[in-house]
Amino acid sequence: MNIVVTVLLAAGLFFFLVGIIGIIRFPDFYSRMHPAGMLDTMGLLLSMLAIAVYILFDHFSYLSVFSSLKILLIVIFVYITSPIASHAIMDAGVRAGLQPWTREDLTKEET
Amino acid sequence: MNQIFLYASIFIGFLMLLAMFRAIAGPSILDRLVGANAIGSLTIPLLLLIGLLFHNVEMFIDIALAYALLNFIAVIASAKYFKKKKGLFDEP
Repeated sequence: MNIVVTVLLAAGLFFFLVGIIGIIRFPDFYSRMHPAGMLDTMGLLLSMLAIAVYILFDHFSYLSVFSSLKILLIVIFVYITSPIASHAIMDAGVRAGLQPWTREDLTKEET
Repeated sequence: MNQIFLYASIFIGFLMLLAMFRAIAGPSILDRLVGANAIGSLTIPLLLLIGLLFHNVEMFIDIALAYALLNFIAVIASAKYFKKKKGLFDEP
């Protein structure tokens, strides 16, 4: 059972790493929102699943069942609110008139 | 098992430093929002891992849930606050 937990946790951390690298490397605000969304959903799901499985099978009792259910509640809540938050930020960006990054900007930056 | 959780939480802490880079260096205010949102999303599993390390998970689950709520509200409030036309980014 510990192997399952470590594999899930490693996968969750992998998605966190990829999301954070995406947030740093991407050239524009709009393109940075994509890994930020991925960070919330996939990374959180896997790492929370790992912790919930560990709690459930560490000492199986009513308390651990409720705890892992509460962790899944956190995951469900973040799944509902993360798109709303990303949409709100995106709307603020569009409303402010921020132009998305295009290929011309790349050539402009290099010259 | 505790070692794995310890290394995972240290790794998440390192990732938050990287996210802090985007929050500081972000050219526009909205990039800083993305960095803050990323840090908020990273603290939720970090809280649970710390709870596991302290062998008192039930308390930390509630703290993580409350933090998820607060992170969402903070992002919505700051996005609504930054809905103004000018001054969000350096106009070309």
